[in-house]
Amino acid sequence: MTSTSVRRHRATGLVVLCAALVMTGVGYAAVSGTAEAAAPEASQQQVEQGRQLFLEGCATCHGLGAQGSSDGPSLIGVGAASVDFQVTTGRMPLAQPSNQAPRKVPTYTPEMVAALAAYVATLGPGPSIPSDSDLATNDANLAEGGTLFRTNCAQCHNFAGRGGALSDGKYAPNMMKATPREIYEAMLTGPQSMPNFTDATMPAEKKQAIIKYIAYLQSASDPGGLALGSYGPVTEGMFIWTAGIGILLAASVWIGAKVR
Amino acid sequence: MSITVKAAGAGVTYVDQRAPISSLLKANLRKIFPDHWSFMLGEIALYSFLILLLTGVYLTIWFKPSMTDVIYNGSFAPLDGIPMSEAYASALNISFDVRGGLLIRQIHHWAALFFMAAMMVHMFRIFFTGAFRKPRELNWVIGGSMILIGILEGFAGYSLPDDLLSGVGVRIVAGIVEGIPVIGTYLMFFIFGGQFPGSDFIPRLYTFHVLLVPGILLAMIGIHLVLVFYHKHTQYPGAGRTNTNVVGFPLFPVYTAKAGGFFFVVFGVTTLIAAFVTINPIWAYGPYVPDQVTAGSQPDWYIGFLDGALRAFPNWESVIWGHTISWNVFLPSAVMPGLLVTVLIIYPFIEAWVTGDKREHHLLDRPRNAPTRTAIGVMAISFYGVLVINGANDIIAQAFNVSFNQLTWFTRIGVFVIPPLMFIATRRFCLGLQRRDRDLLLHGRESGQILRLPHGEFIEIHTPISDEQKAVILSKIDVPVMALPVATDANGVATPKLRAKRRRARWSRAYFGDNVARPTAQELEEAAHHAHEAHAHEVHAHGAGELADAGKDH
Ligand code: HEC
Ligand code: HEC
Ligand code: HEM
Repeated sequence: MTSTSVRRHRATGLVVLCAALVMTGVGYAAVSGTAEAAAPEASQQQVEQGRQLFLEGCATCHGLGAQGSSDGPSLIGVGAASVDFQVTTGRMPLAQPSNQAPRKVPTYTPEMVAALAAYVATLGPGPSIPSDSDLATNDANLAEGGTLFRTNCAQCHNFAGRGGALSDGKYAPNMMKATPREIYEAMLTGPQSMPNFTDATMPAEKKQAIIKYIAYLQSASDPGGLALGSYGPVTEGMFIWTAGIGILLAASVWIGAKVR
Repeated sequence: MSITVKAAGAGVTYVDQRAPISSLLKANLRKIFPDHWSFMLGEIALYSFLILLLTGVYLTIWFKPSMTDVIYNGSFAPLDGIPMSEAYASALNISFDVRGGLLIRQIHHWAALFFMAAMMVHMFRIFFTGAFRKPRELNWVIGGSMILIGILEGFAGYSLPDDLLSGVGVRIVAGIVEGIPVIGTYLMFFIFGGQFPGSDFIPRLYTFHVLLVPGILLAMIGIHLVLVFYHKHTQYPGAGRTNTNVVGFPLFPVYTAKAGGFFFVVFGVTTLIAAFVTINPIWAYGPYVPDQVTAGSQPDWYIGFLDGALRAFPNWESVIWGHTISWNVFLPSAVMPGLLVTVLIIYPFIEAWVTGDKREHHLLDRPRNAPTRTAIGVMAISFYGVLVINGANDIIAQAFNVSFNQLTWFTRIGVFVIPPLMFIATRRFCLGLQRRDRDLLLHGRESGQILRLPHGEFIEIHTPISDEQKAVILSKIDVPVMALPVATDANGVATPKLRAKRRRARWSRAYFGDNVARPTAQELEEAAHHAHEAHAHEVHAHGAGELADAGKDH
């Protein structure tokens, strides 16, 4: 009881602060005419909405207070970035327990995701959602990003980001659909079997270089023609044994037929 | 046609006035070759090799076989400013800054895949039709060796660009060499000129790839073709074809035209594929750096079976006198392929020993008529196939959403279970076909027409098969099963080499014990007589207007 009242009390200050910020913001926008997104500071209302959504959609597995259960890990201290990543990529809510949470069409709107993230962020300190400046890649070096990608990511995600198998039916997914924000968050939070690349081991500039390289992979045209999925020599071998040898066998039958 | 012949004649005269080889040419240009599409499989391999030579020479003009570090400043932006070996930088230059370079690289590599695949399919044809029998055993040995050498050549080429994928491949091969007991480490140092990767390997590999091995292959292909010429080509059985004649067309102009045309077909198809489908995108792999690796690191398909064996083998190691013996590397990647290639190369001699057959064979076997051989072939292919599939286990796991740990177990068990099952199934299938052939010969084809005889009996009308089909079926050679030798003969003298003879008799029984005997001349005659009688019945029945069609009865 006391704790709630304390929290309420603390939140009151927050509300006042937010209201003040919003007013200033509106005033500023009205004056300057451009809407500058201030770092999204969670409102009491948003947190409360997030808590409701959490109780409805997540608590069955993660526990009523997100402390974890046999069906899902504790979310205390995972940070807004983790929630944002998991829910915008549709991984959460998990449909059924399996050894991998696959990417799906997200079930929550961006506002709802923000609310969920805001709620989980209040439970304990953790990585926050990267800001636009974190995601700016204009100054990043593409080639350096390639080297970093091959050193840190290709062993699981393949040289072209097309994904690869891990042990016991787990896999590192194809990242052709991942947005820069998701990529950044994946590195920050290390979902499932992916290691996490904290800002200490991999500073923001390096992350930006990697993001730039992945964006290049997502849009690159293939100079050599059809890339056969960019899976390496296996699909090339399949191609030669089906289409390649197939065409030449047909040609031999045709030429070898008794045309006199 | 007469014009071409005249032209050839004129050419011969011209040459003859300068060098006295006209009789040689005349005889050989008119040499008869039999016709069948499956005889063109070897040509695909030959033409792919020629394409490799042509495009390879183009590549050598710009390729720099050097492991010296350089900073890349070429036109491929995603690698701009990255340190790499000169070899990799020059392969990138060929791809992006040399006119037609990427196309030629892709033709070269696709042709390499074609070369290996065509050699293999060609070998299957030779094997299943028994074309390797006397007097062609030597050509089989040459062919089998060329597959082995082709694998080495392909590996060398694949490793030259020094990209991430090929570097990982070289690292694995270095490991395989190190895994050879006792001499491994010395051998590895010898090959690499010191520690892996060192700076000698690419230049050495280059000499190997563009000079030594192509030279050896060229010489072997030459001998191979001369032998084909000398032995004359085998032919499939058929009416008028015997073990002592060759039915077909003259080399000139019919085959020269066909073969020339086919060369352009192979070149054209390879070029089209290379123009539209990427192969070995070295720019996407990046330069080789020992601490990098990509998911799905695979060799070209023709080395896949080795990788598959390596991936499936349990992690066995033992320590003897302080030295680790890596069975997990040595057995699957050195012993297994060694055995496989040895058995492959000496197979004609094994079979000749079992049959005790010393005759020459110029008429091909139908696969069904040599059920054990056919079954051995299918068994070997399935063994190889399981390993190739396991070489791609991670890609399969990803594509079909299965666990590759399970795939590994599937391989470990499958590699011992699937080939014997294939053996049994193939053998039975062949024997079934033999039985059907015998029926066809003795009773003809079932026509589906039912005839009621005057006394009420129903018989099905069998129509006799064509002479061509008869000749094909009758080409079957019945190899007698060797009798078990007696320990001592009637005079009480012990049979010399008794055990060897026993073993051979057992093998002979295993090979030929179940064969369905070809009908004897007498049986055939009786059958013909029967058929004649049935025919008489039919005529008689027709006259009586009693023909009942099976279709009408229903
Ligand atoms: C069916 C059970 C289930 C439901 C429902 C579910 N989760 Fe999860 N969640 C899991 C499991 C299991 C994991 C652990 C996944 C793993 O790492 O293998 C997980 C992991 C997470 C993570 C990552 C934790 C970390 O360590 O970074 C977040 C964040 C998360 N869930 C958020 C949510 C949110 C938000 C919802 C509701 C929208 C939700 N989950 C619904 C089962 C569930
Ligand atoms: C040990 C293997 C491993 C490494 C190394 C790794 N990842 Fe991952 N990554 C994974 C796995 C496993 C997942 C899937 C997690 C899940 O489903 O929750 C994943 C998921 C992702 C996703 C989400 C993809 C999507 O579309 O949903 C991104 C983006 C990503 N990783 C980026 C990276 C980057 C960038 C690096 C290198 C800095 C990297 N990963 C290194 C294993 C790895
Ligand atoms: C049996 C014959 C041959 C096979 C199977 C073969 C195979 C290969 C393969 C797989 C590659 C890698 C290509 C790539 O993707 O980059 C390669 C590269 C190369 N080959 Fe060959 N090759 C053969 C003959 C030759 C010959 C005869 C020459 C030269 C006379 C040659 C010259 C080269 C060169 C210079 C490269 C490196 C260039 C590059 O990678 O861009 N090859 N070869």
